[in-house]
Amino acid sequence: MVEASASVKTGEPERESAMRDWSIRLRRNAEYVVIPLFALVVSACAFSLFLLLVGKSPVMFFELVQRGGFGTAFSIQNTLQRSAPLILTALAVAIPARIGLIMIGGEGALVVGGFASAAVAIPLLERVPPGPTLFVMAVAGAIVGAFWVGLAGLMRHARGVNETISSLLLTYIGVAIMNFFVEGALRDLTNPNKPSTKPIGDAYMMGKIPGTDVHWGLAAGVAIAILLHVLMTRTTFGFAVRVAGGNPRAALAQGLPVGKLIVACTAIAGACAGLAGFFEVAAIQGRANASLAAGYGFTGILVSFLARHNPIAIIFVAILFGGIVASGGLIQRRMDLPDATVLVLQGLTFMILLASETLYGRFSIFKMDAGRDRT
Amino acid sequence: MNDSLVVIVLLSLVGGALRVSTPFIFVALGECLTEKSGRVNLGLEGTLVLGAMSAYATSYHTGQPWLGVLAAGCAGAMLGAIHGFVCKLPRVNDVAIGIAMMLFGTGLAFFFGKAYIQPSAPRLGEIGLGDWTGDAKIASALQINSLLLIGVAVAIVMWWAFANTRWGLILRMTGDSAPSAKAMGVSVDLVRFLATTAGGFLAGVGGAFLSLYYPGSWNQGLSSGQGLMAVALVIFARWNPLRCVIAALLFGATGAIGPALQSVGVTQGYYFFNAAPYILTLLIMVGSAGSKRAARDAPGELSITK
Repeated sequence: MVEASASVKTGEPERESAMRDWSIRLRRNAEYVVIPLFALVVSACAFSLFLLLVGKSPVMFFELVQRGGFGTAFSIQNTLQRSAPLILTALAVAIPARIGLIMIGGEGALVVGGFASAAVAIPLLERVPPGPTLFVMAVAGAIVGAFWVGLAGLMRHARGVNETISSLLLTYIGVAIMNFFVEGALRDLTNPNKPSTKPIGDAYMMGKIPGTDVHWGLAAGVAIAILLHVLMTRTTFGFAVRVAGGNPRAALAQGLPVGKLIVACTAIAGACAGLAGFFEVAAIQGRANASLAAGYGFTGILVSFLARHNPIAIIFVAILFGGIVASGGLIQRRMDLPDATVLVLQGLTFMILLASETLYGRFSIFKMDAGRDRT
Repeated sequence: MNDSLVVIVLLSLVGGALRVSTPFIFVALGECLTEKSGRVNLGLEGTLVLGAMSAYATSYHTGQPWLGVLAAGCAGAMLGAIHGFVCKLPRVNDVAIGIAMMLFGTGLAFFFGKAYIQPSAPRLGEIGLGDWTGDAKIASALQINSLLLIGVAVAIVMWWAFANTRWGLILRMTGDSAPSAKAMGVSVDLVRFLATTAGGFLAGVGGAFLSLYYPGSWNQGLSSGQGLMAVALVIFARWNPLRCVIAALLFGATGAIGPALQSVGVTQGYYFFNAAPYILTLLIMVGSAGSKRAARDAPGELSITK
C-alpha cells in the first residue's frame, strides 16, 4: 500500500521532489523495520529475564545461539538447511495474510505434502531415474499441500468457516492420515524402530548445492519467495489480492472475484508448505514418518509475522530463526535446558511482536513531511 | 454373544463420553464466557496444556489433587489475563494473539513439565454411578469424576446468570455492542479483561482433569487439539452454556469410538478413529458457521464470525 500511494504522485517532474518522495518513503518504511527490531530486542530482554528466573545464564544462551547458529561454516550451513522449510512455511502464512486470512495450516500441509511425495516415490523407485522421480515427488507434494490449505480457503469462502481454526484442525487430520498409512498399508517392515514409509534410498536423494552442504530447498525457497514477491507487487493478480485483503466489500463492488482469489492464495500457500515437506523427505529424511511434524509450520507463522508478510523479508527472518532452531541441540546439551525452551522463546517473541502493532503511527519521526501527500 | 459385544461397546462409549467430555465442557464454557464479551481467545489449547502440567506438578508436590485443580485454574487465569491485557491495546489482533498464547502456554508447560513426566502424582477420586447394578463392567464404565458435575453446575449457573443478572446483562451488552456499553458507562476493556481471565481459569481446570483423572498422567502428547476443538464447539453450541455441555458430550462420544472399538478387539483404523473428532469438528463448522441461526445468536462484536 505504501508503494501504491508513493507512486501515485510521480506526476511532478522535478528531480528534487522525486528525491523528497524517496526520503519520505524511506522514513515511512523505516517504521516497519524499526518497530519489529525493537520488538525483537524487548523479546530478548524478556527471555533473558525468564532464563534468570529459572537460574540459567542468558549470556551463555545467546553466545550458544551465535556459535551454534552462525559461528562456523558448518553451523551456518546447518542454519541454512533449516531455513529452507521455514521460508516456505512462512510464505504459506504470508500469502493468505495479504488477502486478510490468518492461515496456520502450514504444519499440516508440510506433513501431507511430504507424505504424498514419499508415497508416490515408492512405485517409481528402480524403474524411473532419480531426476524424473524427484520431479514427480515435488509436484505431488505441492499439489497435495495446495489441496490441503486450499480446502480451508474454500470452506472460508463457501461457508464462512473461520480459517484459523479449520486450518489447524486440518493439521491434526493430516498427521492422523500420515500415521494411518505409515503404521499400516505403507509401513516399511524392515524398519522396526520407527514406523516409516519405505526409504527412497541414497541414489534417489536430492543433491546439495555445489560447493556447500546445503540442499536445493534453500535455493528453491529463495526463488519462490522472490517470485511471489513479484506476483504480489507487480501483477494484476497481486493488486486484486491486496484490494480484496484491504476491503473485501469494495473489491466485490469492483467486480473482483474475491472467492477465487481466496482459494488461489490459500492454494499457493499450501503448495509452498507442501514443497517444504517434499524437501524434508527428498533431501533430509529420505522417508516419511512422524519426524516431519517438527514444528517448522508453527515457527513459520512467527517468521511471517516478524517479516510483516513480506516475502523478501521472510528470507532474512527465516535465516535468523533457522539459526535459533539449529542451535537448539547445542543449547540443550550445554545448558541442560529442555527442548521446549525454543518454544517458550518463540511464544514470547510472537506475543511481544503482536503487542508492538500498537506502536505504529505513534512516533512523529516516521511521519515528518508525510502529511503532504495525505488528502 | 453379539448382543453382549454391542453392550460393551455402547457402555464404553457412554463411559468414554462422560470421561472424555469433561475437559471439553470446561474449555467450551471458558471460551463461551470470553466470546460473550466480544473477544476470541484461540489460545485455550495452550491454557489447557499449562493447566494440566501445573495441576500435576502441584498435586505431586503437595499430595493434594484439589490444590492441583486450583493451581491449574490460576495458571489458566494468568494466561487469560495476559491475553486480555495485550488485546486491550489498540490495533492488536485477538486471533493472532491467541496463536501466540497457544505456543507460549504449550512451551511453558513442556519447559517446566519435563521433570514431571516420570513421577506419579496423586489423582482425583471417582464417583461410581453404576455401582448399584453390582456388575463390575458397568460399574467401571460409569465411573465419573466430580469435576464433570462441577462443570455441569457451572454451565447451569452461567446460563442462568447470562439471562438474569446485572453482570450477565453487562457482559452480553459488551459483546453485542461496545458503543452502547460505553454509553452506559461500562468499561469495555475491563469487562473483556475479566471475562478472558475467568475463561482462562475454567480452561485451566479442564487441563487439571486431563492430568489428574483421565488419562491421568502428564506427558507432552496429553492434549492434541482438545482446546482448539472446544473453541470450535462454542460456535456449534451458539454461545449457549447448556448447549456447550451437550456438544461436549457429543464430542466426548466421538473421541471414545476408537478406544471403545479397541476394547472389543477391533484395532483396524485406529488412527482413522483418532482423526474422527477433528473431522467431526470440521463438518460441524461447515454446517453451522454459515447458518442464519448462528448469525443471529452470535455476539455482535465477535471478529471470528464476521
